Amino acid sequence: MAHRPAARLTINGQSQDFQGDPRRTLLDFLRLDLGLTGTKKGCDHGQCGACTVIVNGRRINSCLSLAAMHDGDEITTIEGLGTPEALSTLQKAFVAHDGFQCGYCTPGQICSAAAMIDEIRAGWPSAVGDDPTEMPTTVTDDEIRERMSGNLCRCGAYDNIVSAIREAMAAEEEVAQ
Amino acid sequence: MKAFDYSRAEATADAVGQSARLIAGGTNLLDLMKLEVETPEALLDITRIGLNAIDAEGEGLRIGALVSNSDAAADPRIRRDWPLLSRAILAGASPQLRNKATMGGNLCQRTRCGYFMDNRSACNKREPGSGCAAIGGVNRNHAILGASSDCIATYPGDMAVALSALQAVVHTERPEGAREIPMRHFHRLPGDTPQQDNHLESGEVITAISLPAPLGGRQIYRKVRDRASYAFALVSVAAALRMEEGRIASVHLAFGGVAHTPWTNDHVDELLTGERPSPALFDKAADLLLEDAQGQGHNDFKIPLLRRALAAVLAEATGE
Repeated sequence: MAHRPAARLTINGQSQDFQGDPRRTLLDFLRLDLGLTGTKKGCDHGQCGACTVIVNGRRINSCLSLAAMHDGDEITTIEGLGTPEALSTLQKAFVAHDGFQCGYCTPGQICSAAAMIDEIRAGWPSAVGDDPTEMPTTVTDDEIRERMSGNLCRCGAYDNIVSAIREAMAAEEEVAQ
Repeated sequence: MKAFDYSRAEATADAVGQSARLIAGGTNLLDLMKLEVETPEALLDITRIGLNAIDAEGEGLRIGALVSNSDAAADPRIRRDWPLLSRAILAGASPQLRNKATMGGNLCQRTRCGYFMDNRSACNKREPGSGCAAIGGVNRNHAILGASSDCIATYPGDMAVALSALQAVVHTERPEGAREIPMRHFHRLPGDTPQQDNHLESGEVITAISLPAPLGGRQIYRKVRDRASYAFALVSVAAALRMEEGRIASVHLAFGGVAHTPWTNDHVDELLTGERPSPALFDKAADLLLEDAQGQGHNDFKIPLLRRALAAVLAEATGE
């Protein structure tokens, strides 16, 4: 290609430059160019959620997004949420509740859950709260399941994933109080 | 994915009249480009041209074409006065996809017919004149209304079904100027040119979707699907219905998963208007709606399913 578009992204707080083939997805840019392999490629078609990252505070499927389109964007991947030495509240809860089996979907689950908690705090409705004019006063397991429906777990660790998210939300509430 | 040129538009005017494919959320287009079902030579990125506000317009609302599905579904005005739209958006896709998907792009999403998405299959929509592998093939998800001998694909979305019931209008810009297309006339039936999903012309850009003054009453989006979340509709029913003194004062219905367009039938709405709700009335409405319905084999079940979904929605909306 004659044209190699450029973009400057902030990834986990660090400035990173992209310039290259416009076909490069954000997912491949993270994994192949930057070596941030925490973000996983599952289906590569936006169906499984393994590639979920947080862009400007919102979770998206990084496989269905071109790196060139993220000029100026702030991106958080699993590497930016916590480290082995300093796990995030969600990461600790996933460990405590065994919220995984093989672990392949876990980075996407945790990035997705982190953004989901912010969505709930912002008062975003879901299909489970049948009346979109009202937010549920308590976040039920059904509510968590609906809001996490974009993340598949082939091992079927869903019960433990829901438990981990519920505990992380409660722990963060406690800190907030 | 086939190679393409990429450039960015700075303003709506940069995008009007261009031959490049417009990309915003990209959730459907990039998926189809990976499958090489879509092979644009050039992409024009329109994510930075604005069109991302929701503004009051008289008693109605004007939603910019680049507002995300998530922002629209969460907007307090939409949740209060046009809850059908929030419900339909939240019934579709996943939170990740709704964060990326835009209002304008969502209208332009393409069918999920498995043969359309498979380059090795005959498909008149993907390759005009190649035939239709869905006719006589695996057609469980296909149309029961308005199909043709060239194409039995369905429009897959939820949002446009709600917008059809809500009497929304699509605003566009063409080189010769702006125009308005009622949502109910935005998509088209396949006929012998199924490659064209809607009435947009080449180089025409969707700028906004407007909602008229709130219709009031009960607003229900009932989506029947294979699993509880994150699946396309087998059939769906959108209803905005207002009762007065025991009678249906006004009703606007639209149906998803059954045709190449969000399906509407003014005669059904008229048949119900002014009547006292009863199971017999709902049955008459379903008879009229399904008068010309035709199954393709695997999707025959959609005919009784739509009848029952309509009856359930009307019962709930009327309190009958």
